[in-house]
Amino acid sequence: MSIVLYIAVMAGVTYLIRVLPFAFFRKKIKSQFIRSLLYYIPYAVLSAMTIPAIFYSTGSFTSAAVGTAIALGLAYFDLPLIVVALSASGAAFLTALFI
Amino acid sequence: MEKELKRKKETPDFLRGIIHGIPIGLGYLSVSFGFGITAVGAGLSVFEAFMISLTNLTSAGQAQGVSVIAAGGTLFEMALVQFIINIRYALMSLSLSQKLDKSFTLPHRLLAAYGITDEIFAVCSTKEKLLRPKYMYGIIGISTLGWVTGTFLGAAAGELLPSSVTAALGILLYGMFIAIIIPPARKEFGILFTILTAAMLSVICKYFLPDISGGFTMILCSVAAAVLAAILFPKKEEAEQ
Repeated sequence: MSIVLYIAVMAGVTYLIRVLPFAFFRKKIKSQFIRSLLYYIPYAVLSAMTIPAIFYSTGSFTSAAVGTAIALGLAYFDLPLIVVALSASGAAFLTALFI
Repeated sequence: MEKELKRKKETPDFLRGIIHGIPIGLGYLSVSFGFGITAVGAGLSVFEAFMISLTNLTSAGQAQGVSVIAAGGTLFEMALVQFIINIRYALMSLSLSQKLDKSFTLPHRLLAAYGITDEIFAVCSTKEKLLRPKYMYGIIGISTLGWVTGTFLGAAAGELLPSSVTAALGILLYGMFIAIIIPPARKEFGILFTILTAAMLSVICKYFLPDISGGFTMILCSVAAAVLAAILFPKKEEAEQ
C-alpha cells in the first residue's frame, strides 16, 4: 500500500482530533465515567506502548533493561523528559560496550 | 495611558512564544532524532519520515504509526490506532478552547489546532492567562522546527552513526514516555493502577496472543486498563486546568 495514504490517514485523524474540540466544541463533558476514561487513557496508552516494547528497543535485552531501570529511577525523581530520555539511551549504550 | 505604555514594552507575543518554546524544541530535537532512526529502520525513506513528523507532530502516534506501516497494516487499523493514541489531544484542545483570547478567530483556531501536543499544552495552559494566536504560533513554530529537524537528522545521519549508537538511541522515545507517566503515578494511585494494568495486559498479549497485530493489541490493552481505572477510581469533578 502507498505510504502516502498511510501518512494522509495518520495526519488527517490526528488533526481532526485536535481541531474539532479546539475550534467548535464549547460545552463541558458531563459524564464522570467518560471524563475519567479520557483522563486515564493517555497513561494506559503510553504504558502499553512502552512495555514490553522498550526491552526490544536497543537490540539487546540487557542494555535495554539497564536503560529502562535508569529511566524509571530518574523519572521517579521528576527529572525533565530530555534528561530521562538521554540518560536511558546513554546507559544502554554504555551497557552494550561491556557485554 | 501609563498602562498602555507598559503594555507596549512587553515582549511581543510571538517572541514570548518562541522563548517559552525553546526547551520544548530542544527536547523534541533529540527525541525526534530517535524517531528518524526508527522510521528509517522500519523501511521508510528520509523524506517520508520527515513528512510524517511535519504533518503529525506527535511522538507516540508516529512511533506506533510507523510500526503499522512496517507491518503492512490496513488503513482502518492505522486510523483506529491514531484515534486511540491521540484522543488525549481532544481533552487538551477542549481545555485550551476555554481560555482563548477574542483575537482567536476561527481561521486562527484551525491553524493553531495543528500544534497541540502534550508539552505545548502544558506550557500554554500554565504560563498564559489568555492565549493569543501569535503566542501559540511562536511556541508551535519553534517546537515544530525542533521536531522536524531532529527527524531529518536522525533519518539521514542515522546510517552514518555507528550501529552501537543508533541501537542505544532506539530507547529514547520510550525513555520519554516513562518520564511522562511516572511522576503523576507517584501522586495518584489511579494512574499507577492504570499504568501497571496496561503494562501487564500488554505483556500478556505479546507473549500469549502473538497473532493479534501490535496496533490492536495496544488499543485493547489501553482501553481495558483505562475502563477499569475509570470504574475503580473515578475522577471527581475538579476545576478544569
